[in-house]
Amino acid sequence: MDSAGDRKAVGARFIAPAPLRMDIFLQQLINGLVLGSVYALVALGYTMVYGILELINFAHGEITMIGAMVSLAVISALVGTGVDMPGVLIALTGVLTAVPVCMALGYGIERVAYRPLRHAPRLAPLITAIGVSIVLQNGAMLIWGRQYIPFPPILPTGAHDIGGATISDVQIFIVMLSMSLMAALMLLVQKTKLGRAMRATAQSPQVASLMGVNVNNVISATFMLGSALAAVAGVMVSAYYGLAHYYMGFLLGLKAFSAAVLGGIGNLAGAMLGGLLLGVIESLGAGYIGDLTGGFLGSHYQDVFAFFVLILVLVFRPSGLLGERVVDRA
Amino acid sequence: MSLLELKQFAVSYGGIKAVKGVDLQIERGELVCLIGANGAGKSTLLKALCGLLPVAHGSVLYDGKAITHQPAHLIARCGLALVPEGRGIFGRMSVGENLDMGGYSRTDRAGIKNDLERVFALFPRLAERCKQQAGTLSGGEQQMLAMGRALMSQPRLLLLDEPSMGLAPLMVEKIFTTIRAIAQEGVTILLVEQNAKRALEISQRGYVMESGTIALTDAAEKLLTNAQVRHAYLGE
Ligand SMILES: Nc1ncnc2c1ncn2[C@@H]1O[C@H](COP(=O)(O)OP(=O)(O)O)[C@@H](O)[C@H]1O
Ligand SMILES: [Mg+2]
Repeated sequence: MDSAGDRKAVGARFIAPAPLRMDIFLQQLINGLVLGSVYALVALGYTMVYGILELINFAHGEITMIGAMVSLAVISALVGTGVDMPGVLIALTGVLTAVPVCMALGYGIERVAYRPLRHAPRLAPLITAIGVSIVLQNGAMLIWGRQYIPFPPILPTGAHDIGGATISDVQIFIVMLSMSLMAALMLLVQKTKLGRAMRATAQSPQVASLMGVNVNNVISATFMLGSALAAVAGVMVSAYYGLAHYYMGFLLGLKAFSAAVLGGIGNLAGAMLGGLLLGVIESLGAGYIGDLTGGFLGSHYQDVFAFFVLILVLVFRPSGLLGERVVDRA
Repeated sequence: MSLLELKQFAVSYGGIKAVKGVDLQIERGELVCLIGANGAGKSTLLKALCGLLPVAHGSVLYDGKAITHQPAHLIARCGLALVPEGRGIFGRMSVGENLDMGGYSRTDRAGIKNDLERVFALFPRLAERCKQQAGTLSGGEQQMLAMGRALMSQPRLLLLDEPSMGLAPLMVEKIFTTIRAIAQEGVTILLVEQNAKRALEISQRGYVMESGTIALTDAAEKLLTNAQVRHAYLGE
Protein backbone atom coordinates (compact mmCIF):
# COMPACT_ATOMS: atom_id res chain seq x y z
CA MET A 1 0.00 0.00 0.00
CA ASP A 2 2.77 2.35 0.94
CA SER A 3 5.22 1.23 -1.70
CA ALA A 4 6.58 3.94 -3.95
CA GLY A 5 5.54 2.00 -7.08
CA ASP A 6 1.87 2.03 -6.12
CA ARG A 7 1.86 5.74 -5.51
CA LYS A 8 3.55 6.32 -8.79
CA ALA A 9 0.94 4.26 -10.64
CA VAL A 10 -1.92 6.16 -9.02
CA GLY A 11 -0.18 9.44 -9.67
CA ALA A 12 0.29 8.62 -13.30
CA ARG A 13 -3.42 8.37 -13.79
CA PHE A 14 -3.89 11.90 -12.49
CA ILE A 15 -1.06 13.38 -14.44
CA ALA A 16 -1.80 11.87 -17.83
CA PRO A 17 -5.54 11.62 -18.50
CA ALA A 18 -6.63 10.11 -21.79
CA PRO A 19 -6.34 12.67 -24.57
CA LEU A 20 -9.68 14.13 -25.68
CA ARG A 21 -10.83 12.09 -28.64
CA MET A 22 -13.09 14.03 -30.97
CA ASP A 23 -15.06 10.99 -32.09
CA ILE A 24 -15.93 10.02 -28.52
CA PHE A 25 -16.75 13.61 -27.67
CA LEU A 26 -19.02 13.82 -30.72
CA GLN A 27 -20.73 10.57 -29.77
CA GLN A 28 -21.46 11.86 -26.27
CA LEU A 29 -22.79 15.07 -27.76
CA ILE A 30 -25.13 13.18 -30.09
CA ASN A 31 -26.38 10.93 -27.29
CA GLY A 32 -26.86 13.99 -25.11
CA LEU A 33 -28.88 15.84 -27.70
CA VAL A 34 -31.13 12.85 -28.27
CA LEU A 35 -31.75 12.39 -24.58
CA GLY A 36 -32.06 16.14 -24.14
CA SER A 37 -34.78 16.47 -26.74
CA VAL A 38 -36.81 13.94 -24.77
CA TYR A 39 -36.18 15.83 -21.53
CA ALA A 40 -37.27 19.00 -23.31
CA LEU A 41 -40.63 17.48 -24.27
CA VAL A 42 -41.30 16.47 -20.67
CA ALA A 43 -39.95 19.75 -19.29
CA LEU A 44 -42.45 21.66 -21.43
CA GLY A 45 -45.29 20.00 -19.53
CA TYR A 46 -43.90 21.14 -16.18
CA THR A 47 -43.26 24.65 -17.40
CA MET A 48 -46.63 25.16 -19.10
CA VAL A 49 -48.55 24.16 -15.99
CA TYR A 50 -46.28 26.23 -13.78
CA GLY A 51 -46.65 29.22 -16.07
CA ILE A 52 -50.41 29.21 -15.65
CA LEU A 53 -51.04 27.85 -12.16
CA GLU A 54 -47.68 28.34 -10.43
CA LEU A 55 -48.08 24.72 -9.54
CA ILE A 56 -45.46 22.02 -9.95
CA ASN A 57 -47.29 19.00 -11.26
CA PHE A 58 -45.12 16.31 -9.72
CA ALA A 59 -47.36 13.64 -11.25
CA HIS A 60 -46.16 14.68 -14.70
CA GLY A 61 -43.29 12.17 -14.75
CA GLU A 62 -45.77 9.34 -14.20
CA ILE A 63 -47.67 10.42 -17.28
CA THR A 64 -44.59 9.66 -19.38
CA MET A 65 -44.48 6.25 -17.72
CA ILE A 66 -48.16 5.59 -18.48
CA GLY A 67 -47.52 6.73 -22.06
CA ALA A 68 -44.68 4.23 -22.39
CA MET A 69 -46.69 1.42 -20.76
CA VAL A 70 -49.83 1.94 -22.81
CA SER A 71 -47.96 2.18 -26.09
CA LEU A 72 -45.89 -0.89 -25.23
CA ALA A 73 -49.06 -2.83 -24.42
CA VAL A 74 -50.50 -1.92 -27.81
CA ILE A 75 -47.23 -2.60 -29.62
CA SER A 76 -46.71 -5.96 -27.93
CA ALA A 77 -50.30 -6.95 -28.63
CA LEU A 78 -49.93 -6.03 -32.30
CA VAL A 79 -46.62 -7.87 -32.58
CA GLY A 80 -48.19 -10.85 -30.77
CA THR A 81 -51.00 -11.15 -33.32
CA GLY A 82 -48.32 -11.29 -36.00
CA VAL A 83 -49.99 -8.64 -38.18
CA ASP A 84 -48.07 -7.78 -41.30
CA MET A 85 -47.32 -4.14 -40.54
CA PRO A 86 -44.05 -2.26 -40.82
CA GLY A 87 -42.45 -1.80 -37.40
CA VAL A 88 -42.59 1.96 -37.63
CA LEU A 89 -46.35 1.82 -38.20
CA ILE A 90 -46.80 -0.47 -35.21
CA ALA A 91 -44.82 1.94 -33.06
CA LEU A 92 -46.87 4.83 -34.40
CA THR A 93 -50.09 3.02 -33.49
CA GLY A 94 -48.69 2.67 -29.98
CA VAL A 95 -47.97 6.38 -29.79
CA LEU A 96 -51.36 7.34 -31.18
CA THR A 97 -53.05 5.23 -28.50
CA ALA A 98 -50.86 6.53 -25.68
CA VAL A 99 -51.43 10.20 -26.55
CA PRO A 100 -55.22 10.33 -26.02
CA VAL A 101 -54.96 8.09 -22.95
CA CYS A 102 -52.41 10.43 -21.38
CA MET A 103 -54.39 13.51 -22.38
CA ALA A 104 -57.44 12.08 -20.63
CA LEU A 105 -55.26 11.25 -17.65
CA GLY A 106 -53.81 14.76 -17.47
CA TYR A 107 -57.28 16.23 -17.72
CA GLY A 108 -58.55 13.91 -14.98
CA ILE A 109 -55.64 14.63 -12.64
CA GLU A 110 -56.24 18.36 -12.84
CA ARG A 111 -59.98 17.97 -12.26
CA VAL A 112 -59.66 15.58 -9.35
CA ALA A 113 -56.41 16.50 -7.63
CA TYR A 114 -55.75 20.18 -8.37
CA ARG A 115 -58.93 22.07 -9.25
CA PRO A 116 -60.63 21.53 -5.88
CA LEU A 117 -57.49 22.93 -4.27
CA ARG A 118 -57.10 25.96 -6.54
CA HIS A 119 -57.48 28.38 -3.63
CA ALA A 120 -55.93 26.19 -0.97
CA PRO A 121 -52.46 26.86 0.49
CA ARG A 122 -49.72 26.01 -1.99
CA LEU A 123 -48.53 22.97 -0.12
CA ALA A 124 -51.87 21.18 -0.53
CA PRO A 125 -51.75 20.54 -4.30
CA LEU A 126 -48.09 19.59 -3.96
CA ILE A 127 -49.10 16.86 -1.55
CA THR A 128 -51.92 15.62 -3.77
CA ALA A 129 -49.43 15.60 -6.68
CA ILE A 130 -47.24 13.19 -4.76
CA GLY A 131 -50.36 11.18 -3.92
CA VAL A 132 -51.33 10.98 -7.58
CA SER A 133 -47.79 9.83 -8.46
CA ILE A 134 -47.99 7.02 -5.96
CA VAL A 135 -51.41 5.97 -7.22
CA LEU A 136 -50.23 5.95 -10.84
CA GLN A 137 -47.04 4.02 -10.06
CA ASN A 138 -48.85 1.41 -8.06
CA GLY A 139 -51.67 1.20 -10.56
CA ALA A 140 -49.13 0.59 -13.32
CA MET A 141 -47.40 -2.00 -11.19
CA LEU A 142 -50.69 -3.84 -10.64
CA ILE A 143 -51.53 -3.82 -14.33
CA TRP A 144 -48.12 -4.41 -15.91
CA GLY A 145 -46.15 -6.00 -13.08
CA ARG A 146 -42.83 -5.12 -11.47
CA GLN A 147 -40.57 -6.49 -14.18
CA TYR A 148 -38.89 -4.57 -16.97
CA ILE A 149 -41.00 -4.74 -20.12
CA PRO A 150 -38.94 -5.09 -23.29
CA PHE A 151 -39.64 -2.94 -26.32
CA PRO A 152 -40.09 -5.42 -29.20
CA PRO A 153 -37.34 -5.16 -31.82
CA ILE A 154 -39.56 -3.69 -34.50
CA LEU A 155 -37.78 -0.43 -35.24
CA PRO A 156 -35.18 0.01 -37.99
CA THR A 157 -31.67 -0.69 -36.75
CA GLY A 158 -29.79 1.37 -39.30
CA ALA A 159 -26.98 3.65 -38.17
CA HIS A 160 -24.89 6.35 -39.79
CA ASP A 161 -21.35 7.47 -39.32
CA ILE A 162 -20.61 11.13 -38.62
CA GLY A 163 -16.98 11.99 -37.99
CA GLY A 164 -16.29 8.68 -36.29
CA ALA A 165 -19.45 8.75 -34.16
CA THR A 166 -22.63 6.85 -34.96
CA ILE A 167 -26.18 8.04 -34.96
CA SER A 168 -28.94 5.47 -35.26
CA ASP A 169 -32.18 5.78 -37.19
CA VAL A 170 -34.09 5.71 -33.93
CA GLN A 171 -31.99 8.58 -32.59
CA ILE A 172 -32.56 10.63 -35.73
CA PHE A 173 -36.27 9.92 -35.52
CA ILE A 174 -36.46 10.90 -31.84
CA VAL A 175 -34.71 14.22 -32.45
CA MET A 176 -36.76 15.07 -35.53
CA LEU A 177 -40.06 14.20 -33.90
CA SER A 178 -39.31 16.16 -30.74
CA MET A 179 -38.15 19.18 -32.72
CA SER A 180 -41.32 19.09 -34.83
CA LEU A 181 -43.52 18.76 -31.77
CA MET A 182 -41.77 21.67 -30.08
CA ALA A 183 -42.10 23.80 -33.19
CA ALA A 184 -45.79 22.92 -33.38
CA LEU A 185 -46.27 23.85 -29.74
CA MET A 186 -44.53 27.19 -30.22
CA LEU A 187 -46.76 27.92 -33.21
CA LEU A 188 -49.83 27.02 -31.20
CA VAL A 189 -48.82 29.21 -28.27
CA GLN A 190 -47.72 32.18 -30.39
CA LYS A 191 -50.22 32.15 -33.25
CA THR A 192 -53.51 30.58 -32.25
CA LYS A 193 -56.42 31.85 -30.23
CA LEU A 194 -55.94 29.09 -27.67
CA GLY A 195 -52.26 30.02 -27.39
CA ARG A 196 -53.12 33.66 -26.81
CA ALA A 197 -55.66 32.67 -24.19
CA MET A 198 -53.00 30.51 -22.51
CA ARG A 199 -50.51 33.36 -22.43
CA ALA A 200 -53.14 35.80 -21.17
CA THR A 201 -54.20 33.37 -18.46
CA ALA A 202 -50.57 32.88 -17.44
CA GLN A 203 -50.25 36.64 -16.92
CA SER A 204 -53.57 37.19 -15.17
CA PRO A 205 -56.37 34.66 -14.96
CA GLN A 206 -58.73 37.35 -13.68
CA VAL A 207 -58.16 39.76 -16.52
CA ALA A 208 -58.26 36.88 -19.02
CA SER A 209 -61.70 35.95 -17.72
CA LEU A 210 -62.79 39.57 -18.18
CA MET A 211 -61.96 39.09 -21.88
CA GLY A 212 -64.37 36.15 -22.00
CA VAL A 213 -61.70 33.44 -21.62
CA ASN A 214 -62.96 30.35 -19.84
CA VAL A 215 -59.95 29.95 -17.60
CA ASN A 216 -60.87 26.43 -16.50
CA ASN A 217 -60.92 25.26 -20.11
CA VAL A 218 -57.56 26.88 -20.76
CA ILE A 219 -56.11 25.10 -17.74
CA SER A 220 -57.54 21.78 -18.91
CA ALA A 221 -56.12 22.35 -22.39
CA THR A 222 -52.72 23.11 -20.87
CA PHE A 223 -52.68 19.88 -18.90
CA MET A 224 -53.78 17.93 -21.97
CA LEU A 225 -51.12 19.44 -24.23
CA GLY A 226 -48.39 18.76 -21.69
CA SER A 227 -49.62 15.21 -21.23
CA ALA A 228 -49.67 14.57 -24.97
CA LEU A 229 -46.01 15.61 -25.18
CA ALA A 230 -45.21 13.48 -22.15
CA ALA A 231 -46.86 10.45 -23.76
CA VAL A 232 -44.69 10.80 -26.85
CA ALA A 233 -41.61 11.28 -24.68
CA GLY A 234 -42.47 8.14 -22.73
CA VAL A 235 -42.60 6.08 -25.91
CA MET A 236 -39.32 7.61 -27.09
CA VAL A 237 -37.54 6.72 -23.87
CA SER A 238 -38.75 3.15 -23.92
CA ALA A 239 -37.83 2.77 -27.60
CA TYR A 240 -34.40 4.29 -26.95
CA TYR A 241 -33.49 2.16 -23.96
CA GLY A 242 -35.48 -0.82 -25.24
CA LEU A 243 -37.57 -1.19 -22.09
CA ALA A 244 -40.17 0.31 -19.80
CA HIS A 245 -40.83 -0.03 -16.10
CA TYR A 246 -43.51 1.20 -13.72
CA TYR A 247 -40.90 3.27 -11.87
CA MET A 248 -39.32 4.91 -14.94
CA GLY A 249 -41.42 8.10 -14.63
CA PHE A 250 -39.90 9.10 -11.32
CA LEU A 251 -36.33 9.79 -12.42
CA LEU A 252 -37.36 11.02 -15.86
CA GLY A 253 -39.81 13.44 -14.23
CA LEU A 254 -37.21 14.75 -11.79
CA LYS A 255 -34.70 15.28 -14.56
CA ALA A 256 -37.20 17.05 -16.78
CA PHE A 257 -38.21 19.20 -13.83
CA SER A 258 -34.53 20.08 -13.31
CA ALA A 259 -34.34 20.94 -17.01
CA ALA A 260 -37.37 23.22 -16.67
CA VAL A 261 -35.80 24.99 -13.68
CA LEU A 262 -32.48 25.26 -15.52
CA GLY A 263 -34.19 26.99 -18.44
CA GLY A 264 -36.35 29.15 -16.18
CA ILE A 265 -39.60 27.57 -15.07
CA GLY A 266 -42.64 29.06 -16.73
CA ASN A 267 -40.67 29.87 -19.88
CA LEU A 268 -41.30 27.59 -22.88
CA ALA A 269 -38.09 28.36 -24.75
CA GLY A 270 -36.30 27.88 -21.44
CA ALA A 271 -37.73 24.37 -21.04
CA MET A 272 -36.46 23.40 -24.48
CA LEU A 273 -33.03 24.90 -23.90
CA GLY A 274 -32.86 23.42 -20.40
CA GLY A 275 -33.82 19.98 -21.68
CA LEU A 276 -31.21 19.94 -24.43
CA LEU A 277 -28.52 21.35 -22.14
CA LEU A 278 -29.28 18.88 -19.40
CA GLY A 279 -29.11 15.97 -21.84
CA VAL A 280 -25.72 17.13 -23.09
CA ILE A 281 -24.38 17.86 -19.60
CA GLU A 282 -25.49 14.44 -18.45
CA SER A 283 -24.01 12.64 -21.41
CA LEU A 284 -20.68 14.48 -21.38
CA GLY A 285 -20.56 14.23 -17.62
CA ALA A 286 -21.11 10.49 -17.65
CA GLY A 287 -18.56 10.12 -20.44
CA TYR A 288 -15.81 12.04 -18.71
CA ILE A 289 -16.51 11.64 -15.01
CA GLY A 290 -14.15 8.67 -14.93
CA ASP A 291 -11.28 10.69 -16.37
CA LEU A 292 -12.06 13.74 -14.27
CA THR A 293 -12.06 11.83 -10.99
CA GLY A 294 -9.21 9.54 -11.86
CA GLY A 295 -11.56 6.57 -12.03
CA PHE A 296 -13.02 7.26 -8.58
CA LEU A 297 -16.54 7.80 -9.99
CA GLY A 298 -17.87 5.86 -12.97
CA SER A 299 -20.44 6.55 -15.68
CA HIS A 300 -23.17 5.02 -13.50
CA TYR A 301 -23.08 8.39 -11.76
CA GLN A 302 -24.86 9.77 -14.83
CA ASP A 303 -28.03 10.49 -12.88
CA VAL A 304 -26.23 12.72 -10.43
CA PHE A 305 -25.67 15.51 -12.94
CA ALA A 306 -29.28 16.56 -13.25
CA PHE A 307 -29.48 17.20 -9.53
CA PHE A 308 -26.07 18.78 -9.41
CA VAL A 309 -27.26 21.18 -12.09
CA LEU A 310 -30.55 21.75 -10.23
CA ILE A 311 -28.70 22.68 -7.04
CA LEU A 312 -26.29 24.99 -8.87
CA VAL A 313 -29.16 26.76 -10.62
CA LEU A 314 -31.17 27.16 -7.44
CA VAL A 315 -28.15 28.59 -5.64
CA PHE A 316 -26.74 30.88 -8.31
CA ARG A 317 -29.59 31.69 -10.67
CA PRO A 318 -32.96 30.64 -9.25
CA SER A 319 -34.80 32.27 -12.13
CA GLY A 320 -33.04 29.94 -14.58
CA LEU A 321 -31.29 30.79 -17.82
CA LEU A 322 -34.21 32.48 -19.57
CA GLY A 323 -36.59 33.09 -16.66
CA GLU A 324 -37.50 36.49 -15.35
CA ARG A 325 -39.28 35.53 -12.19
CA VAL A 326 -37.56 33.98 -9.24
CA VAL A 327 -38.96 30.65 -8.12
CA ASP A 328 -39.55 31.54 -4.52
CA ARG A 329 -42.41 29.21 -3.83
CA ALA A 330 -43.37 25.56 -3.99
CA MET B 1 -86.17 48.48 -18.35
CA SER B 2 -82.76 49.64 -17.10
CA LEU B 3 -79.61 48.24 -18.68
CA LEU B 4 -78.17 47.49 -15.26
CA GLU B 5 -79.94 47.15 -11.96
CA LEU B 6 -78.34 46.21 -8.66
CA LYS B 7 -80.72 45.32 -5.85
CA GLN B 8 -79.53 45.09 -2.25
CA PHE B 9 -76.14 44.13 -3.70
CA ALA B 10 -73.68 42.97 -1.03
CA VAL B 11 -70.11 41.63 -1.18
CA SER B 12 -67.87 40.33 1.62
CA TYR B 13 -64.23 39.44 2.02
CA GLY B 14 -64.38 36.50 4.38
CA GLY B 15 -66.54 37.88 7.18
CA ILE B 16 -65.88 41.54 6.39
CA LYS B 17 -68.65 43.29 4.50
CA ALA B 18 -67.19 45.63 1.89
CA VAL B 19 -70.42 46.39 -0.01
CA LYS B 20 -73.57 46.44 2.11
CA GLY B 21 -76.82 46.35 0.20
CA VAL B 22 -76.39 48.76 -2.69
CA ASP B 23 -79.27 49.73 -5.01
CA LEU B 24 -78.11 51.18 -8.29
CA GLN B 25 -79.57 51.60 -11.76
CA ILE B 26 -78.15 52.61 -15.10
CA GLU B 27 -80.30 53.40 -18.12
CA ARG B 28 -79.23 52.74 -21.70
CA GLY B 29 -76.96 55.45 -23.05
CA GLU B 30 -76.25 57.02 -19.68
CA LEU B 31 -72.88 58.07 -18.34
CA VAL B 32 -73.05 57.57 -14.59
CA CYS B 33 -70.27 58.06 -12.09
CA LEU B 34 -69.64 56.43 -8.75
CA ILE B 35 -67.47 58.48 -6.42
CA GLY B 36 -66.32 57.94 -2.89
CA ALA B 37 -63.30 57.89 -0.64
CA ASN B 38 -60.57 55.30 -0.83
CA GLY B 39 -61.83 52.03 0.64
CA ALA B 40 -65.51 52.89 0.21
CA GLY B 41 -66.05 49.67 -1.75
CA LYS B 42 -66.22 50.95 -5.34
CA SER B 43 -63.73 48.50 -6.85
CA THR B 44 -65.25 45.65 -4.88
CA LEU B 45 -68.65 46.50 -6.32
CA LEU B 46 -67.33 46.50 -9.88
CA LYS B 47 -65.41 43.26 -9.47
CA ALA B 48 -68.34 41.40 -7.97
CA LEU B 49 -70.61 42.77 -10.66
CA CYS B 50 -68.31 41.23 -13.28
CA GLY B 51 -68.09 37.88 -11.54
CA LEU B 52 -64.55 38.27 -10.22
CA LEU B 53 -65.80 38.15 -6.62
CA PRO B 54 -68.73 36.16 -5.25
CA VAL B 55 -71.92 38.14 -4.58
CA ALA B 56 -72.99 37.65 -0.97
CA HIS B 57 -76.55 38.98 -1.24
CA GLY B 58 -78.88 40.70 -3.62
CA SER B 59 -79.05 40.52 -7.38
CA VAL B 60 -77.66 41.93 -10.61
CA LEU B 61 -80.08 42.38 -13.49
CA TYR B 62 -78.40 43.10 -16.79
CA ASP B 63 -80.74 43.86 -19.65
CA GLY B 64 -83.51 42.28 -17.58
CA LYS B 65 -81.60 39.01 -17.04
CA ALA B 66 -80.21 37.90 -13.69
CA ILE B 67 -76.45 37.43 -14.03
CA THR B 68 -75.80 37.46 -10.30
CA HIS B 69 -73.84 34.25 -9.89
CA GLN B 70 -72.56 33.77 -13.41
CA PRO B 71 -68.83 33.19 -13.95
CA ALA B 72 -66.82 36.18 -15.18
CA HIS B 73 -66.22 34.92 -18.72
CA LEU B 74 -69.96 34.48 -19.36
CA ILE B 75 -70.76 37.93 -17.98
CA ALA B 76 -68.07 39.38 -20.25
CA ARG B 77 -69.65 37.62 -23.21
CA CYS B 78 -72.98 39.41 -22.57
CA GLY B 79 -71.34 42.72 -23.43
CA LEU B 80 -70.22 43.95 -20.05
CA ALA B 81 -66.62 45.13 -20.05
CA LEU B 82 -64.56 46.16 -17.03
CA VAL B 83 -61.38 48.20 -17.31
CA PRO B 84 -59.96 47.22 -13.94
CA GLU B 85 -58.18 49.41 -11.44
CA GLY B 86 -54.49 49.35 -12.36
CA ARG B 87 -55.47 48.65 -15.99
CA GLY B 88 -54.64 44.94 -16.05
CA ILE B 89 -52.96 44.94 -19.42
CA PHE B 90 -51.04 41.84 -20.55
CA GLY B 91 -47.54 43.24 -20.24
CA ARG B 92 -45.74 40.40 -22.00
CA MET B 93 -47.99 40.60 -25.05
CA SER B 94 -47.83 43.13 -27.83
CA VAL B 95 -50.26 46.04 -27.99
CA GLY B 96 -51.94 44.36 -30.96
CA GLU B 97 -52.33 41.08 -29.10
CA ASN B 98 -53.87 42.89 -26.14
CA LEU B 99 -56.43 44.38 -28.48
CA ASP B 100 -57.02 40.93 -30.01
CA MET B 101 -57.74 39.63 -26.52
CA GLY B 102 -60.43 42.28 -26.21
CA GLY B 103 -62.20 40.74 -29.18
CA TYR B 104 -61.63 37.21 -27.87
CA SER B 105 -65.30 36.20 -27.67
CA ARG B 106 -66.22 37.61 -31.06
CA THR B 107 -66.33 35.72 -34.32
CA ASP B 108 -67.30 38.51 -36.74
CA ARG B 109 -63.97 39.19 -38.42
CA ALA B 110 -65.22 42.19 -40.34
CA GLY B 111 -66.68 43.75 -37.21
CA ILE B 112 -63.46 43.17 -35.28
CA LYS B 113 -61.42 44.83 -38.02
CA ASN B 114 -63.83 47.73 -38.04
CA ASP B 115 -63.62 48.19 -34.28
CA LEU B 116 -59.83 48.03 -34.44
CA GLU B 117 -59.90 50.98 -36.84
CA ARG B 118 -62.21 52.79 -34.44
CA VAL B 119 -59.89 52.19 -31.51
CA PHE B 120 -56.90 53.35 -33.54
CA ALA B 121 -58.80 56.47 -34.54
CA LEU B 122 -59.60 57.13 -30.89
CA PHE B 123 -56.03 56.38 -29.74
CA PRO B 124 -53.59 56.91 -32.64
CA ARG B 125 -50.74 56.21 -30.22
CA LEU B 126 -51.84 52.57 -30.04
CA ALA B 127 -51.63 52.19 -33.81
CA GLU B 128 -48.04 53.49 -33.74
CA ARG B 129 -47.08 51.04 -31.00
CA CYS B 130 -49.04 48.04 -32.24
CA LYS B 131 -46.05 45.67 -32.29
CA GLN B 132 -44.51 46.92 -29.07
CA GLN B 133 -44.67 44.93 -25.83
CA ALA B 134 -47.51 46.38 -23.79
CA GLY B 135 -45.44 46.33 -20.61
CA THR B 136 -43.11 48.96 -22.07
CA LEU B 137 -45.88 51.55 -22.58
CA SER B 138 -46.20 54.59 -20.35
CA GLY B 139 -48.99 54.69 -17.77
CA GLY B 140 -51.22 56.85 -19.94
CA GLU B 141 -50.67 54.63 -22.98
CA GLN B 142 -51.48 51.59 -20.89
CA GLN B 143 -54.73 53.20 -19.82
CA MET B 144 -55.57 53.90 -23.46
CA LEU B 145 -54.75 50.29 -24.28
CA ALA B 146 -56.95 48.98 -21.48
CA MET B 147 -59.84 51.15 -22.68
CA GLY B 148 -59.24 50.26 -26.33
CA ARG B 149 -59.13 46.59 -25.42
CA ALA B 150 -62.46 46.88 -23.61
CA LEU B 151 -63.97 48.61 -26.65
CA MET B 152 -62.82 45.71 -28.85
CA SER B 153 -65.40 43.53 -27.09
CA GLN B 154 -68.17 45.77 -28.42
CA PRO B 155 -69.44 46.46 -24.90
CA ARG B 156 -72.94 47.65 -24.18
CA LEU B 157 -71.92 48.59 -20.68
CA LEU B 158 -68.41 49.85 -20.01
CA LEU B 159 -67.20 49.87 -16.41
CA LEU B 160 -64.16 52.05 -15.78
CA ASP B 161 -62.33 51.77 -12.46
CA GLU B 162 -60.26 54.89 -11.77
CA PRO B 163 -59.02 55.44 -15.32
CA SER B 164 -57.21 58.68 -14.44
CA MET B 165 -55.31 57.29 -11.47
CA GLY B 166 -51.61 58.08 -11.46
CA LEU B 167 -51.63 59.96 -14.75
CA ALA B 168 -50.12 63.34 -15.62
CA PRO B 169 -52.66 66.21 -15.86
CA LEU B 170 -52.53 66.35 -19.65
CA MET B 171 -53.19 62.64 -19.92
CA VAL B 172 -56.02 62.89 -17.37
CA GLU B 173 -57.67 65.46 -19.61
CA LYS B 174 -57.23 63.22 -22.65
CA ILE B 175 -58.78 60.27 -20.80
CA PHE B 176 -61.84 62.27 -19.70
CA THR B 177 -62.34 63.65 -23.21
CA THR B 178 -62.17 60.12 -24.59
CA ILE B 179 -64.67 58.80 -22.04
CA ARG B 180 -67.08 61.47 -23.14
CA ALA B 181 -66.48 60.60 -26.81
CA ILE B 182 -67.13 56.92 -26.15
CA ALA B 183 -70.36 57.81 -24.32
CA GLN B 184 -71.44 59.94 -27.26
CA GLU B 185 -71.04 56.93 -29.53
CA GLY B 186 -73.83 55.35 -27.49
CA VAL B 187 -71.91 53.13 -25.06
CA THR B 188 -73.40 53.12 -21.57
CA ILE B 189 -70.73 53.87 -18.98
CA LEU B 190 -70.32 53.49 -15.23
CA LEU B 191 -67.30 55.52 -14.22
CA VAL B 192 -65.60 55.08 -10.86
CA GLU B 193 -63.32 57.99 -10.03
CA GLN B 194 -61.27 59.60 -7.30
CA ASN B 195 -61.26 62.76 -9.38
CA ALA B 196 -64.87 63.50 -8.39
CA LYS B 197 -65.05 66.93 -9.95
CA ARG B 198 -64.06 65.89 -13.47
CA ALA B 199 -66.14 62.74 -13.21
CA LEU B 200 -69.27 64.69 -12.21
CA GLU B 201 -68.66 67.26 -14.92
CA ILE B 202 -68.90 64.69 -17.71
CA SER B 203 -71.60 62.48 -16.12
CA GLN B 204 -75.36 62.77 -16.19
CA ARG B 205 -75.90 61.20 -12.78
CA GLY B 206 -73.76 60.28 -9.85
CA TYR B 207 -73.71 57.97 -6.87
CA VAL B 208 -71.72 58.75 -3.74
CA MET B 209 -70.47 55.69 -1.90
CA GLU B 210 -69.49 55.70 1.77
CA SER B 211 -68.23 52.63 3.62
CA GLY B 212 -70.04 50.12 1.50
CA THR B 213 -73.36 51.91 1.04
CA ILE B 214 -74.79 54.55 -1.28
CA ALA B 215 -74.88 57.74 0.76
CA LEU B 216 -76.31 59.98 -1.92
CA THR B 217 -77.47 59.89 -5.51
CA ASP B 218 -78.62 62.68 -7.79
CA ALA B 219 -78.14 64.38 -11.12
CA ALA B 220 -74.48 65.21 -11.61
CA GLU B 221 -74.94 69.00 -11.67
CA LYS B 222 -76.88 68.85 -8.41
CA LEU B 223 -74.11 66.82 -6.78
CA LEU B 224 -71.55 69.33 -8.00
CA THR B 225 -73.37 72.07 -6.06
CA ASN B 226 -74.28 69.91 -3.05
CA ALA B 227 -72.57 71.38 0.03
CA GLN B 228 -71.88 67.98 1.54
CA VAL B 229 -70.28 66.67 -1.64
CA ARG B 230 -68.31 69.86 -2.17
CA HIS B 231 -66.92 69.60 1.30
CA ALA B 232 -66.11 65.88 1.35
CA TYR B 233 -65.10 65.13 -2.24
CA LEU B 234 -64.34 68.34 -4.06
CA GLY B 235 -62.07 69.71 -1.34
CA GLU B 236 -63.91 72.99 -0.90
N1 LIG C 1 -58.79 41.37 -1.31
C1 LIG C 1 -59.32 41.97 -0.21
N2 LIG C 1 -59.39 41.30 0.94
C2 LIG C 1 -59.92 41.87 2.04
N3 LIG C 1 -60.40 43.11 2.09
C3 LIG C 1 -60.35 43.85 0.98
C4 LIG C 1 -59.80 43.31 -0.24
N4 LIG C 1 -59.89 44.25 -1.19
C5 LIG C 1 -60.46 45.33 -0.61
N5 LIG C 1 -60.74 45.09 0.69
C6 LIG C 1 -61.38 46.01 1.62
O1 LIG C 1 -62.67 46.29 1.14
C7 LIG C 1 -62.97 47.65 1.30
C8 LIG C 1 -63.34 48.26 -0.02
O2 LIG C 1 -62.20 48.27 -0.87
P1 LIG C 1 -62.26 48.76 -2.38
O3 LIG C 1 -63.45 48.14 -3.01
O4 LIG C 1 -60.96 48.50 -2.99
O5 LIG C 1 -62.50 50.32 -2.20
P2 LIG C 1 -62.39 51.49 -3.25
O6 LIG C 1 -62.25 50.89 -4.61
O7 LIG C 1 -63.64 52.25 -3.08
O8 LIG C 1 -61.20 52.28 -2.87
C9 LIG C 1 -61.75 48.31 1.93
O9 LIG C 1 -61.98 48.39 3.33
C10 LIG C 1 -60.65 47.35 1.65
O10 LIG C 1 -59.70 47.36 2.68
MG1 LIG D 1 -60.71 51.13 -5.95
